[in-house]
Amino acid sequence: MAQVDVHLWAGLRRLTEGAEVVTVEAATIGEMLDALVQAHPGLKPILDAGISVALNGEIYNGARHRAIAEGDEIYLMQRMKGG
Amino acid sequence: MSKHHVTTTVNGDAVEFLADPRETLLDCLRDHVGLTGTKEGCGTGDCGACSVELDGTLVCSCLVLGVEANGKTVNTIEGMASGDALHPLQRKFIEHAALQCGFCTPGILVAAKALLDKNPDPTEEEVRYWLAGNLCRCTGYDKIIRAVMDAAAELREAA
Amino acid sequence: MAKDGLNTEFRLVGTRPNRPDGLDKVTGRARYGADFSLPGMLHGAVLRSPHAHAKILKIDTSKAEALDGVKAVVTRADFPEGLEGEDWNLQENTMAGDKVLYDGHAVAAVAATSKLLAEEAVRLIEVEYEVLPHVIDVDDAIKPDAPVIREGASDASVPEGMPPNVVRYMEFGRGDLEAGFAAADLVRENTYKTEATHQGYIEPHACVGQMGSDAKGEMWVCTQGQWFIRKMCCAVLGLEASQLRVTPSEIGGGFGGKTTIFMEPLSLALSRKANGRPVKIVMSRSEVLRATGPTASGSMDVKIGMKKDGTLTAARAEFRMQGGAFPGAPVDMALYCGFAPYKLDAVEHVGYDVLANRPKCAAYRAPGSPMGAFAVESLIDEMCRELGLDPVEVRMKNAVREGDQSSYGPKFGSIGLVEVLEAVKGHSNLAEPLGPNQGRGVASGYWFNHNGETSVSMSIAADGTVQVSVGTPDIGGSRASLSLMVAEHLGIPYEDVRVNVVETGSLGENEPTHGSRATFASGKAAILSTDQAIKEMCRRAANEWGIDPEAVEWADGAAQPAGPNAGKFPPMSIKEIAGKMGETGGPISGHHESLPEGVGASFGAHVVDVEVDPETGLTKILRYLVVQDAGRAIHPSYVEGQYQGGAVQGIGWALNEEYIYGEDGRLQNPIFLDYRIPVASDLPMIDTVIVEVPNPGHPYGVRGVGETGITPPLPAIASAIHQATGARLRHLPMTPQKVRAAMKAQDS
Repeated sequence: MAQVDVHLWAGLRRLTEGAEVVTVEAATIGEMLDALVQAHPGLKPILDAGISVALNGEIYNGARHRAIAEGDEIYLMQRMKGG
Repeated sequence: MSKHHVTTTVNGDAVEFLADPRETLLDCLRDHVGLTGTKEGCGTGDCGACSVELDGTLVCSCLVLGVEANGKTVNTIEGMASGDALHPLQRKFIEHAALQCGFCTPGILVAAKALLDKNPDPTEEEVRYWLAGNLCRCTGYDKIIRAVMDAAAELREAA
Repeated sequence: MAKDGLNTEFRLVGTRPNRPDGLDKVTGRARYGADFSLPGMLHGAVLRSPHAHAKILKIDTSKAEALDGVKAVVTRADFPEGLEGEDWNLQENTMAGDKVLYDGHAVAAVAATSKLLAEEAVRLIEVEYEVLPHVIDVDDAIKPDAPVIREGASDASVPEGMPPNVVRYMEFGRGDLEAGFAAADLVRENTYKTEATHQGYIEPHACVGQMGSDAKGEMWVCTQGQWFIRKMCCAVLGLEASQLRVTPSEIGGGFGGKTTIFMEPLSLALSRKANGRPVKIVMSRSEVLRATGPTASGSMDVKIGMKKDGTLTAARAEFRMQGGAFPGAPVDMALYCGFAPYKLDAVEHVGYDVLANRPKCAAYRAPGSPMGAFAVESLIDEMCRELGLDPVEVRMKNAVREGDQSSYGPKFGSIGLVEVLEAVKGHSNLAEPLGPNQGRGVASGYWFNHNGETSVSMSIAADGTVQVSVGTPDIGGSRASLSLMVAEHLGIPYEDVRVNVVETGSLGENEPTHGSRATFASGKAAILSTDQAIKEMCRRAANEWGIDPEAVEWADGAAQPAGPNAGKFPPMSIKEIAGKMGETGGPISGHHESLPEGVGASFGAHVVDVEVDPETGLTKILRYLVVQDAGRAIHPSYVEGQYQGGAVQGIGWALNEEYIYGEDGRLQNPIFLDYRIPVASDLPMIDTVIVEVPNPGHPYGVRGVGETGITPPLPAIASAIHQATGARLRHLPMTPQKVRAAMKAQDS
C-alpha cells in the first residue's frame, strides 16, 4: 500500500467537499479509484463514465492493474481518444 | 428495367456484360467485369478515384454510363503494367512513397499517364493543375508530384 | 549520439525501402472495403432523415417489403432495447428511435438482390414525421430558449442550472490567475470560432456483414480497428463478441473517422433477417458527409497575460464545442493541448460539451488539438505583434522542457519542443524575403500520442523468413515500419519479414490504429515478441552445441557463442535453426500483449508564407514548413508523409472546409464539389524537417507522428494572413469572402 496524492480536476470539487487533491492508500490504479469513490461517493458516476489516469506522465485508459508507489504523480483526466 | 448487352474491350481483352441502363461504367467495371482497381470516392466526378481511359480520353467512369462503353475501348489501372513490368509511374509511386492509404492511387496513376502521354515534359504547375481533379487526402500531394515528375524524366530518357 | 544514449547505429531503421503493399496498391489489386463480395450476397441501402430534428410518428415499410427482390427491411424495432451510456448512443446513432436527431440520421434499411433495387425499395418506405425546432450552432445551443435535444443527457459533471444541451462540463487548472494577470504588461482576451470539418478520407465506408439465426457472424469492413467494430456491433445488436469475426480490408484513409461504427450493424441485422445471406453496404459520399462522424465545431474564449519580454504570466481558456446530437465533443483534448507548448504557473481551463442537431462527431486527427491551437496560438501571435516580439523567440522563451509541469497537470517526460523550435529558427524558409500582400505565420502544435491495448504474434517459417501478425490496420505505411524494426532486431533482410494485419479471431484485443499508436505500440509489441523467438532460437542452438543457453547470444541474424568462454562454434543462422525446428522442439514463435508504456508525446511547429489577393481575398500558400519531433523516424518517407498530409488537412480546415447548414438544418454541401478539400493546384511542396529526440520508452525511440501535424496550420495561416493584410480573422474557415470582408472592414 502506498499513500498517494490524487490530483482531480477542479470541476470535481463540488463532489469532493472542495478538495482538488485527495490522499488515498492504494497499491494499484484500480485500488486508487475505488478508494476515491469510498472517500467521495459522488465521484462514482464520473469514474464509471470513463476517465484516464496520468501516472508519472503516462496516460492510461483503464489499466486498473497498474501498480502505484509512494511519491507517484497521479492526475485524473478526461478520457483520452485519438484519431 | 431490362438489361443491355454491352460488348467492349477492356485492357485489350474482349469483354461482354449485361448492364442496367442506370449503371455507370464504374459500376459495370467493378460489378460485372470484376475489375475493382477503379475506385468510387464520390460518384459525382469530383474526386477522380474512378479515372479510366475511354477510347483514349481520360474520364471519370462514375460519370459515364456502362452502356456507353459499347463498342469502345476502356483502359483501367489493371492494364497499366505490361506483364511483370510496372509502368514507370507505378514504380516511381512506390519509390517516392507517393501513396499512404493507396485508395486514390489507381485514379491518379491513370490520370498521370494520360498527362505524360500528351505532355512528356510537364512543369510542376502543369502536373498540379492536371491532377487537380484527383483528390488525395493522405499525402498533401508533395510526393505524388515528385513521383510524376521523376517518371516523366525517366520516360524522356528512355524515349 | 542521441542525448539519451540510445543506440543510433542501424542497418535498416532510418532507411527508405519500398513498402510491402506497394505493388498491390499501384496495380489496383489491393482490396478495400467495397472490393469484397460473397456468393449469394445482397446489397443494402439506408433511408435517412431529411429533417434536422423530428419525432418519428410512423414508419410503413410494407410497400418496400412487397417489392420483388427485397429480402429484408430493418428499423429500430429490430434492435434490442435497454442499452445504456455510450452503447445506447451508438445504437441510437446507428438507427433513430423515437426521434431523428440530424439530417441524414438513419431511419430504416433494406437488403435486396441489387443495389439499384435496394435504393428503389428505400424510396417506397413511408415515414410520418412531426418536425421539431432544431439548433445547429454551439453558441445558439446553450441559449436559454434553445430546443432541447435530449432531456437527461447530461452526465454527473454538469452542475445544476446549466442549459440542458450542456452534457459534460469540465474545469481544471492551477496557480493564482489573478496575480498572474496582474503581473503581465499586456493582457488580451478574444473569442475564436472553428467550423465542423470532415476527415474526408477518399474511401467511403463499406462492409459486408453476414449473420445467421445461430447469431454467429462475420464481417469484412474498412476500419481502423476490427476489435472496436466487433465490440460496438455486438453491443448494439446484443451479440456475443467471440461469435462475430471481423476482418479488416485495406483502408482508404480514416484519420479517426473509421474508429467507430455507422452502418456496419445494419448489414448484420439485415443479414440475420435475410436468412443469413451476406449483405454489402457501401456509403455514398453524401452519406459519408451527412451521416458519419465529422469533427466538432468550437467557440472559444482565450485570455493571456504577457510581459514585455514575452514571458507568459497567466492564461485562461473557456471552450464550448458541439459534437452533434451525442456527448463526445473533444473539448477536453482541445483544452489539454491548447496551452501545452507553454510553461505556465497560473492557468485555468473551462469546457462545455454541447449537443446540437448534427451527426455524432468522431475522432479526427489529434481530436480537439487544432481548435485549441487556433484559439491559443492566434492570440499569442496577436500579442507578439502588439509588443513587437518575434513569435518564434516568444515560443522558445516559454517552451516546456522535460520535467516541466504541463498546462494540464502531469509533468512532461522526454519531449522535443525546444529542439523543434531551434530547427525552425535555423531553416532557410525564414530568410525568404516577403513581398507586398505576403505574410508569414508561425505556430506550434501538440499531441499526447496513445498506448492502448496491443497484441502481436510472430513466427518463424521453416525457411527462416518471418511473419508478424498485428491488429492495427495499416493506414499510412505501418507494415513497412514494422517490417523494418523486426528485421533490424533479428538481423535479417527487410524483405524476409511479412507483416499481416489480421482478423479478430487471430489475436487478443487490439485498440484501433488511432492516437498515432501503430508504429509505437504494435512496433514495441512486435519487438518484444521477437525477443521470445530469439531466446528460443538461442536455446535450440545451445542444445545443439551442448552448452548453456545463457552462453548463447543473438547477433547478425544468427545464434553465436557469447564470448570466448562459451566455446568455439560457427554462428547458427536463423535459416539453419528454422530448417530443422521440427526436429528440435517444434515451431518457433513469439507473442506479446500489453498496454505498452513509454508513450512519447510529439511537438511540432509550422511556418507558412501566404499571399493574399487584395481583389478577391484568396489566400495562396507560397511556402510551407513542417518541423516535428518523431523520436526516431523508422521509415523517414512515411514520417514525412504524415507531416505533409497533416499539414494539408490543416490548410483545408483553415481556408476552405466547413459544414454549411441551411435554415432548415440540412447540410448544404454534402459532395466534394462543395465540401472542397485541398487539391494539388492549391499547394506548393510541403517542406519537412524531422527532429529526432528519441523516446526512451521505445526500443528504437519512436514517437507517434500522425496527429500533431494537423494542428499548427490553423493559427499559422491566420497569422500569416494578418501580416499580409493587417486583418485578423478569428473565425474559420478563412474563405476569400471572409478575408475580403475583413480587409474592407479595416479600410473603413
